[in-house]
Formats: sequence, C-alpha cells, structure tokens
Amino acid sequence: MTAQTVVSLSGVEKTFELPGGSSMTAVSGIDMEIRKGEFVSLIGPSGCGKSTLLRLIGDLTQPSAGSVTINGKPAHQARLDRDYGMVFQAPVLFDWRTVEENVRLPLELMGQGRESREARVREMLELVELTDFARHHPYQLSGGMQQRVAIARALTFSPSILLMDEPFGALDEMTRERMNSEVLRIWEQTGITVIFVTHSIPEAVFLSSRVVVMSARPGRVARVLEIDLPRPRGVETRESRGYFEKVTQVREALRGGEGRADEGIGSVERAEAEGLIG
Amino acid sequence: MRRSPDRSRGLAAAAGQRSRVGRIGILVVFLVALVVVWEGLKFIGGDPWRYFGWEWHPPVKIWFASDLDLPHVWQIVGAMGGPWRRSADQSLFVYLVFKALYTWREAAIGFLAGGVLGVGLATIFIHSRILERAFVPYVVASQTVPIIALAPMIVFFFGNNVMSVVIIATYLTFFPVTIAMIRGLRSPDPRALELMRSYAASRRTILWKLRLPASLPYLFTALKITATASIVGAIIGEGPGAIQDGLGWSIISFNQQYITDPSKLWGAIFVSALLGITFYLVVRIVELRVLRGRPQATAG
Amino acid sequence: MSRGTDLLRRYLPTIVVFVGTIAIWEAVIRGLHVRAFILPAPSSIVGALFANWTTAYQIFPAAQNTLLEAGGGLVGGALLGLAVAFLVARFATARDIVLPVAVAVNAIPIVAFAPIANNWFGVLSPYSKMAIAGALVFFPIMINVLRGLTQVDASALELMRSYAAGDVAVLSKLRVPNALPFFLTGLKIGTTLSLIGAVVGEYFGGLNVALGRVVVESASTLAFEVTWAAILVASATGIAMYLLVAALERVLIPWHPSVRGERVA
Repeated sequence: MTAQTVVSLSGVEKTFELPGGSSMTAVSGIDMEIRKGEFVSLIGPSGCGKSTLLRLIGDLTQPSAGSVTINGKPAHQARLDRDYGMVFQAPVLFDWRTVEENVRLPLELMGQGRESREARVREMLELVELTDFARHHPYQLSGGMQQRVAIARALTFSPSILLMDEPFGALDEMTRERMNSEVLRIWEQTGITVIFVTHSIPEAVFLSSRVVVMSARPGRVARVLEIDLPRPRGVETRESRGYFEKVTQVREALRGGEGRADEGIGSVERAEAEGLIG
Repeated sequence: MRRSPDRSRGLAAAAGQRSRVGRIGILVVFLVALVVVWEGLKFIGGDPWRYFGWEWHPPVKIWFASDLDLPHVWQIVGAMGGPWRRSADQSLFVYLVFKALYTWREAAIGFLAGGVLGVGLATIFIHSRILERAFVPYVVASQTVPIIALAPMIVFFFGNNVMSVVIIATYLTFFPVTIAMIRGLRSPDPRALELMRSYAASRRTILWKLRLPASLPYLFTALKITATASIVGAIIGEGPGAIQDGLGWSIISFNQQYITDPSKLWGAIFVSALLGITFYLVVRIVELRVLRGRPQATAG
Repeated sequence: MSRGTDLLRRYLPTIVVFVGTIAIWEAVIRGLHVRAFILPAPSSIVGALFANWTTAYQIFPAAQNTLLEAGGGLVGGALLGLAVAFLVARFATARDIVLPVAVAVNAIPIVAFAPIANNWFGVLSPYSKMAIAGALVFFPIMINVLRGLTQVDASALELMRSYAAGDVAVLSKLRVPNALPFFLTGLKIGTTLSLIGAVVGEYFGGLNVALGRVVVESASTLAFEVTWAAILVASATGIAMYLLVAALERVLIPWHPSVRGERVA
C-alpha cells in the first residue's frame, strides 16, 4: 500500500509588506511532502513562521513564490472544496450558539439538509465525548471542553486534512496531556492527516510520526525527525526511554537553528504580534 | 480578490494617520452633497423657481419642499447676511453668533459644574458600597426621566435668569458623567490594584495615581455626549425663562415669525448646529491632548 | 435563603432612601408650612395625580399619547439606524465618510429642529414629535449596530473564510448575531431619548393631551402638584420602556455576560 502525498509544498516563500515600505520574509524555500494519514508537527522558535506555514497550507494566505498542492489541487481549490478543517489556539466558538449549533455551523454553510446535519453532529459529539453537553453554551464549558467542540466542528464535514495551530497552548499542562491523548484517539479513529503547530517539544514528540523542526529568520525547514515510537501511545510512552531520546533530539535540532535565530528575531515576532502575519 | 489581513491592517493604520485635512475634505464633500440634495428636492417637488425671467415648474409635489418649509439655501444665506430685524445694524449671522456665545457660556458653566459633580459623586460611590447601593439606582432611573420636564419649574423657582439655565445644564451633565466615572474608576485591572496595595499605597494615592488616570477615557466618552446635552438644556431653559440674550429665545421668536420669514429660523438652527459641533470639537481636542499616547478606541 | 430575601437585602438601602426622602419631604412641607410653591408635599402630588388622571389635565390619556409618540419615534429611528448601519457596514468607503459626519450631526442640538418638525408636520400632529424622537434615537442605534456588525473577532472571520463562506453567510451567521447585543444596548439608550424627544417636541406646541403640554401648562398656571405628577408619570413611562427592553434582552441574549448576571462594573 503506497501512501499517497496529500500535501506538497514546493519552493514556498512568503514575504510581507510592512507599513513603512520595508518587507519581511516570513518563510523561504520550503519544500515539504506530507503523506496521507500522517501526523506531522511543526515546531520552532518564536518567529520561525510555523503559523504562517500552516496558514499557507490552509490557503488563509497566499505564497509570494512557490506552490502549495493539496490532494493534487492548488490550495485555493482545496479550501473551496473544504478539504481541510482548522483548529486555532482559541476555540473561536460563537457565544450565541449552543455546542451542537456550533458544531453544525460548517454543515449549514454547505447547505446540508436538516436530518443529515443532525445525525452528523451527534456523531461528532460522540467522537469528542461531549454528547451530554449538546445544549450548553460555550461559556458554560471549560477551556479544554471548548477546544473539543472546536475539534468536533473542524471534523464535521469529514475533511481529509486537519490543521491545528497550537490548539492546546492556552490549557494547563494536565489538561493538555489529556487532550493530546484525545487527539490521538480521534486521529486513529478517523484516519485523517494532521498537521500540528506547537511550541511544546514533548507534545510534538508524543503526537507525531514526524517532527519538522524550523529555524527562524527567514523561516526554513532545519530538520525533519522521524518519530518511530510504538503506537498506540499512552502514559507509558511519556515515561519511556525512546521518548526521552527523541525529545532530546528535537531539542538539539532546535538549538542548532537557534544560533541563527538569535540575530534579530525581533522583526518577525513583531510582525506576528501586530497580526500582520501568523 | 480577498483582502488578506496584512493589507487591510496597513490601510487601517494609514487611515488613523489621515490628517485633519482629509477630515475637513470629507466635511466639505458632505456639505456640498447636502446642498445638492436640498436644492434637488426643491427642484423636483418644491414651489416654482422664478429667477431673472427663467421659470421652472417642478413636476411633483413633495410636501415639505415648499419655499415656506424648505427655503432655498441662498435665501437662508441671504437672510444671514441681512439685518436681523428691520432697522437693525447687525446682520442676522452676527446677531445669532452673539446669542450663541451667551448660550454657550451658560452651557459651559453647567457642563463644568456637572462634570465636577459627577466625578465627585462617583468617587464617593466607589468608596462606599452602602451609599452606592442606596443611590445609584436613582441615578440610573433618573436618566429615564425626561429631565427636560423639570425645566419650567426650575426656571420659576430660580427666576428668569442665568442661574436656572445653568442648573438645568448641570443636571443634564452630571448623570452620564457619574455613571461613566463609576465604571471608569473601577476599570483598572485588579492586579494593578493589588500591586498598589503591595506598596502600602493609601486609598487616596490609589485614587490619584491609578483610578483617575484609568477613568479618563470613560470620562471623555461621557463628556462628548454631555457637551451637546448641556447646550440642549441651556436652549430649553431659555424658553420658559424668556431669556432674551440666548439662542433658545431666538428660536422661539423666529418660530413665531415663521410665516413671514422662515429663513431666520433656519439661520438660528444653523447657528445652533454650529454651536453644538464646535463645543463637541473642543471637548474632542482636549480629549486628544489629555489621552495622547493611549490606544484610541473608535473615531469620535 | 431564598432569592426573594437576597433581592430584598440588595435593594434595602435604595428603599430606605426612597421612603426616607418621601417622609422627610412630607414632614418638612407640612411641618414648616413651607409655601407649596415649587415643592408640593408628596401627598398633594399624589392627590393631584388622581384628581387629574382622566379629567382636567387628563394625565393618563396624555401619557398614552406621549408614549405613542415616543414609541413611534423609537421604531422609526431604530429602523432608519439599522438600515444606515447595514449600508455603511457593507461599503467600507462609506464608513470613512458617514461616521465622522454622523458624529458631528449628533452634536447638533436636535431640539433646534423641533419648531421645523412642528411646521412640517403640523403642530398638532403626533408625527412632528415622532420625528424629533426618531432623530434622537437614530444615532445611538446606528452607531451601536455598526459597531456590532464590524467589530467581529478576527479569528471568527478567518474561521468563516476557512469554510469558504460567502459574504452573505458571514453576514447572517456571524455579523448579525454578533450585532444583536449592541443593538439592544442602543435600544435601551433609545428608549429614554425617544421619551425626551417626544416631551421636548410637545414643549414647542401640540395637542393638549400630551405630557409635555401638561407640564408646560400646569407650570404656567403655577399648579405645580400637577406638574410633578406629570413628571412622575413621564419617568415611570421611561422606566417601563427601559425595563421592557431589558426583559427583551433576557429573552434574546441570555448567553451574554451582561445578562448572565456577572458583575460588569
């Protein structure tokens, strides 16, 4: 069984025009291939453009050079065809909708009929184990639960790719570890391809089949590490020797890139902070 | 096709920096458009136009576009240039401006008094839960009272003089200021308050160094509204009191002369508008100075 | 501890102040035989209220007429405000022009237009008062709805974009629900303004059976108990309108923090 390539980046570069006339290159010379069913993490220091890269894949921003191909189509078409779901760091749920109405949103936008919508929403809520909270409003849920709703919503129309941008960054460590296991369970159940941006080395190693380490200024792929730890992964994995070795490898790969990143990390960070990029 | 966030952010920053020149330009465009619409309505549905032998009969009848209800712009301008009364030297415009200044003086005193009163009350309220609980519902409820209804009585009580008008203006100002200041004085981040307490700062120090500066944006939001309100209060108060030196009186008396010369009433309205906008702009300019350096909310 | 006792405890100071003020007021006027000029005793105000409820000054029918004018102005001003807000939100260039102008126009003492409105619609017509009320209501509604339609979470917009949602879908599913709390805030402000507009309009002339006219006429004949009675009724009307909108909020936006009961101040 040959695993096909679902995401392909070739010579991708993204440059931003800053107010004031100067320009800033967020990422440059990115070549990457992601196969179906993989779990790939993007990790790097602040300002390495990993969020930008994710958004380039998701067609929320366009490359200044190079091409992004999703499922054999240009990224733009893939977005119109709703090939992927996104989960951000903030759950971005609509306050005025209940949990099930929030999960229903993508289906409404696609114009699906009521019965098939309801069946699908129920299915998704079961997947994230929030069936009992279907009629609640977001403000009644904890941060972790809100993220689970966001994940359910992202998966509602069965995308082939799931893009996650530091989804658990705002959660405490213990909730985060629980959510990691949740995501893996969902991943295994649905067979979806996941591209996951994170700041956390342990998280990247625990979740992924491959970790892409990026360096900053401009953002480039520094190293790609295969994480061949056995699956299914659980608490024992976190305490295993292999895990610890992989975490060390990733950390060292990051440090290797940090030398360059130390110089003037400022402008990319600042641009990200101003919402211009990332 | 689709605006990417990077571009629109840049544009927003540029718009914020757009100088006063651009703003004035917009206002000019608006005024021109207003005149065009005004005369356009009269062209389509007003009374016949007869000038220098040329006649124009509008095709339809718009009920408020007659020469009585909607004088031509040049008629109003002409009336402004002419004497405000037969055998008077002053032009209507100058006459009205003096009236406006008089009214403005009353309004300004009320405005300042109301502002001080509002800040004082709010300060008391946030330091005493009991007093706040006792009185704030009344403060809130009173906003629903058409305070304007009290105007005739206040005038009768304090007499036909400036005092009553000032009281009305003060009354109209101090409620919004109180409410806004309560919110503003309470607005500092609880962590900032904790920080001050960790320095063993007294309540008074906290008030001066933390709460009051934090409350300024809220204060100015209220002041911009009450600037207009105080002028409204002054104009209304002048009516029953028959205070002849003010704009309110001019409006009433020109209203009585409406049948003979509607342009004068429109002139008075124009000057009132000018007064309101000018006062508002003054407050706005003060606001920009005082709040310099802070992230501004929306325009105006 | 039932909710009722909690509520009572919370409002006790308010009630004490109210009862106390009335009692002192009554005592001072009666006890000191102060000429009941401007400040009649509460008892005589209540008396005047009953005496003039449907006869003489006809306070009750007057209140109905004034309420009608205020209500009409509220609805008219709100509809216009909504329409302009939607238009301005749709056309970004319009916003740069309309917004500063609207702010400037709002600074005009609308009360100056009362005579014009009376002249256009006829002094005795309720529409002149509705026009003034509507003019006062227009701006807060317009600016609040505009804010609600445009100040949308940037990530929410991005979310919709990631679903390839068209402009209409973004409007109906995101912007409009987002704007609802803002609209209701504007409506609350509008209730008090519409009443003020109606009463002020009546000052400049109108049918006798209107609260503003009752105030003016009773004051000119020095029947101040009636004046106070009319003011009382006017404020009760204003409070009733305000509470109606607050109740509407509880029904329409129960999820909103301000309605949930969290301390905002």
